[in-house]
Order: sequence, then structure tokens, then C-alpha cells
Amino acid sequence: MKKDSLVIGGVKLESRLLTGTGKFPRKDIIKDTIEASGSQVVTMALRRVDFDSPKENILNYIPKGCILLPNTSGARTAEEAVRIARIAKAAGCGNWIKIEVISDNKYLMPDNQETIKATEILAKEGFVVLPYVSPDLMVAKRLEEVGAGAVMPLGAPIGSNRGLKTKEMIRILIDEIEVPIIVDAGIGKPSQAAEAMEMGADAVLVNTAIATAQDPIGMGRAFAKAVQAGRMGYLAGSGPVRDYAKASSPLTGFLEGIES
Amino acid sequence: MSFYNEYLKYKGLNLDDVFKRANDNDVRRVLAKDSLEWEDFLILLSPVATKHLEEMAQRANKETIQNFGRVIFLYAPLYLSDHCVNQCAYCGFNVKNKFKRKKLNIEEIRREGEAIAKKGIKHLLILTGESRKHSPVSYIKEAVEALKDYFSSIDIEIYPLYKGEYEELIEAGVDGLTIYQEVYNEEIYDQVHITGPKKDYRYRLDAPERGAKAGMRRINIGPLFGLDDWRKEAFFSAIHTQYLQKNYLDLELALSLPRLRPHLGSFQPKSIVSDRDLVQIILAYRLFLPRVGISLSTREGENLRDNLLPLGITKLSAESSTAVGGYTQKDSTDQFAISDGRSLKEIKKLLLEKGYQPILQDWHRI
Repeated sequence: MKKDSLVIGGVKLESRLLTGTGKFPRKDIIKDTIEASGSQVVTMALRRVDFDSPKENILNYIPKGCILLPNTSGARTAEEAVRIARIAKAAGCGNWIKIEVISDNKYLMPDNQETIKATEILAKEGFVVLPYVSPDLMVAKRLEEVGAGAVMPLGAPIGSNRGLKTKEMIRILIDEIEVPIIVDAGIGKPSQAAEAMEMGADAVLVNTAIATAQDPIGMGRAFAKAVQAGRMGYLAGSGPVRDYAKASSPLTGFLEGIES
Repeated sequence: MSFYNEYLKYKGLNLDDVFKRANDNDVRRVLAKDSLEWEDFLILLSPVATKHLEEMAQRANKETIQNFGRVIFLYAPLYLSDHCVNQCAYCGFNVKNKFKRKKLNIEEIRREGEAIAKKGIKHLLILTGESRKHSPVSYIKEAVEALKDYFSSIDIEIYPLYKGEYEELIEAGVDGLTIYQEVYNEEIYDQVHITGPKKDYRYRLDAPERGAKAGMRRINIGPLFGLDDWRKEAFFSAIHTQYLQKNYLDLELALSLPRLRPHLGSFQPKSIVSDRDLVQIILAYRLFLPRVGISLSTREGENLRDNLLPLGITKLSAESSTAVGGYTQKDSTDQFAISDGRSLKEIKKLLLEKGYQPILQDWHRI
């Protein structure tokens, strides 16, 4: 069995499920949900963190011991993302940052070029940078080169719950990129998280599917198990999948007669 | 480039005929589609679609939760000045209406801001009447500079400006622009805006676009329902939103749904928008533009407002006073009568009960 540990920014993580704090019906359910999910890395939009009010401050609803992964939601350019990252760090959110540069508000597609720029600047400043991107091999290579701690390709547009629509592109990243690949966005069901893990993704990040579920805590737990099951399946090595039945009248059977 | 060209394209359509001819099958076909075209949107605004409101509501609710989450944004308005040089037939601040006009000085603005911020509000919308003499851009800029320490984000709802002026205000700390066309029908626009700079239809129509070019993060537009047939106005406002969405990808867009209410003066709405009509507008907006915010103002009553929430609303004003000095001073004149008088605390409690997280903080000035 392959050695199985996920290391990001020098930190060894037990859980391969990263979670988010947006879209919940109330703040006081967030802590229980994250605990049920077993997640150790939790993302939050810095724009929503209210540092002035302990009751409103989302950071007070994240279980102790979790790594904070503030994100740059709202940034339209690399420059804005960098400014948001610096505010997060100065405010005591640690040195992990998820880069979200989104200059399209209809589909919420990430701007890969600006994301590379922001990643380069922030990695140099000592941040553990996790960039959110459209899955593209050359972009992922560049991100790796400039110091990304992981690459986070989208499975489908954010919040769409459509599953792994970009599966073939992500598969290439998994094969070719050394830093961890975390599938972020689009995962709507536990089975889809399992699918991503089964194909070899290092981790997944899930927010909408958990936060907007009828029972977020139950859904957090379900995702935890799905991620574990998918990972175990990957490590155990799935058998080859055939899309055709084994022919009972083989087309090359005649060769046996010739060669004997 | 201007939305006016788009307006002219659609203006020639016989919308009354489209609305009349739409049938149940059309509505069913539209509701089975993944993403809607403008023709589909017209079907959802048609009289026959009122029979399908429940079905529309179920889908609207689902799409809203998926796109925005189980959250509602809260903000509060602050009126700086009610001096106005326009004569708008429908407005209480109309230059012809006699009442004691008021303009807050910077110290008063700071006090009002402080009073609002103390309640827990983080997003502020500042408003003025149109008077370059009483509330010039320099005054609004000073106000923004005085207020920005109290709020994490400031939007403006003021008279239309030139692009350079919007840039100046963004530089001072403004993030968002709210500006209503009032009525998209150009002929009616001319009739109800009797005198004043607001008579210039195109200058107002292009204001959101100038704001977008200047770098606003958020733009909120809408008609004032009641001035023309609401179905047509809902159509043009959504088409306007779509135009901005297509051309300025990074904008956060929202639509508002103000309805004409009684006020000083004697203007009566041309088209009455019933509660049922309002529901239809919200649902049609949501299905046509799933990523666009829908803002509900204090003008609607408590009960209706609570019931409209799950249909697609993403933004509410809370702790609203529509009078200049209304948060700290007595004897102010309101721009319009407010129906929902609940405090922020009550609104937060109600949202939580209804399964929505109230969001006060949604931006840090960067």
C-alpha cells in the first residue's frame, strides 16, 4: 500500500476534506458541522469576517485546532487578492490563503492569469498559497513553479452542485502535478466527492453541498465518510474498468491456431 | 456603447401581444429549461404565468439557496439632504412640494453614522436629492470620508454623475452604486419628469454603465413600479441588468422592486402592482437572472416582506429612516411612508427563525 499522508505547507493533515463557512442558515451550526466532517482546514471569505463583533465574527464559530484558510472572495484582480491576503494575515488569520480572483460574476469562473500573479507574490511573502483555478495543465505547472502549496481545480462552477464535470482535465493534473490537487467547487453529493478521491485527488473542498443541506451536520458526516471511502478505494487500486464485455468469440482467436 | 441601443431594439416589439398570446404550454416549456432567454422571461411575466406561481416559486427558492446560500444581506440607508431641483410628479421631495428642506452638515452626518453603526450595521447606503448646489460631489465625498471609519462598505444612491465623478467617490471609499431609472418607457419618463436635470432620460439610463466603467463593485438598478405597465418595466429592467452583466463581468448586480406609495402630492400610479404581481416579478427575475441579487426595501409591510423572503430575495434594508436626520433628530419629513418599522434586532431574529443567516459584514475596504 502506498504511503498515505497529505502534507500542505509543511503540515501533515489527517482529513482530506476541506470545508467552508459560507451559505449556512445560522452561524451556531457551523462548529458542529465542521466537527462532524472531521475537517482540519476551513475556508472563510475574509470579506465576511467581522473582526469588531465577537458574536458576529465567523472565526469564533470554527473549532479550535482547525487551520484557517481565508479566501480572497471579491477580488477582481491579482492586486486586490494580494491586498486581501495581507489584511487576513495582519488580522491574525495565519499564513494560509486561498486565492480566488473572480472577474466574472455570472459563472464565477476564476481568472487563471491573475491567480498566477497573486500566487507568485504571496508565495514569496511566505504565504501557503492555495489557488482556485479552472483545470488547465499549463496553469497548474506555472502555479507549481511560482510556489503554490496545492492547486485547487474546479469540478464544476462554484455552488452548482453539478459534480465532476471537468474530470478528464483534473485527471491530467493529478498525473502531472507534484503538489497536492484539491478538487474545489461543484461537488454536490458525497458520491461525487468519493469519485474525485477514487481517481486520485489528494483532497476535496466542499461548502455549498454541506451548508445548504437540510441537515448540514449529517451531510458533513456523510462527506467525511465518502472522502475516506474514495481514498481507500484509490489506495486499494481499483481493478481495470472495461466499457465492453469480454467477447465470447474473440476476434484474434485465430492467431492461436496459426502460432501453434 | 449604450443600453439605449438595446432599449430601442426591444421597444418596437409588441409586448402586449406577446403577453396576451402566451399560453400554459409556453410556461411549462420555459420551466423545463435550464437557462432562460429573454423570450422565455416574457412568458414568465405574462398573465397566464400567474397560474404557475407555485411551480415558479419552488424553482426560484432552490436557485436562490444554491447561488446565494441560506443568507440575507442587511444594510441601512442614510439620507444626507432632501434638497432637490427636480420636479418628478411622483416624488415627495419634488421641488414644488413645500416643506422645510434639510441638509446635514458633516458633524451631523458623523453623528447619524455613529448612531447607525452602533446598531450593528456595516453596510451603508447614502442618499441625497438632486441638487448640485446643496449637495455637490465635494459634499458627498466629504460625507463618505467622514463615514468610512464606521462602515465596512458604502454605496451611494444620488443623482447621476459623470464617470470621473464616480471615480472620485470610489477613491474616497464608495464601493457600490444604486440608481433607478424610475421608468424605462421614454415617453412616460418625459411626462413624469416635468422639469429639472432628471428630464435627461439617456443621461440617467447610462449612469449605471458609467459607474461600472469607473470601477464600482456593486450596481443596483430597478424601475419604480407603477409608472408604466409593470410587466414591461420588469422586462426592461431585467434586460438592462443582463446588458450590464454581459459587458461588465465582474459587477455584483442587484435589482430592486420599489412600488409607488402614497406621499405628499397627488400623483396616482398608472399601473397598480398587487402583491401577487410583485411575487410574479420576483420569481421571473430570479429564474431569468439566477446570479443577480434582489433587494427588498422597507416600503413593503412586515407580513408581505417575510413571505417574499424565500422567493428569491437576497438583500434587505433594516433600521431604515427615510428622513434627513431621521436617526438622531426629531421632526423630519420622510421621502415615502415606510411599512416595516422593525428594528435590526427584530429583523435578525426573524431571519434566523425563517432559516436565514443575517449577513451584516460582506466587504473590507482594501
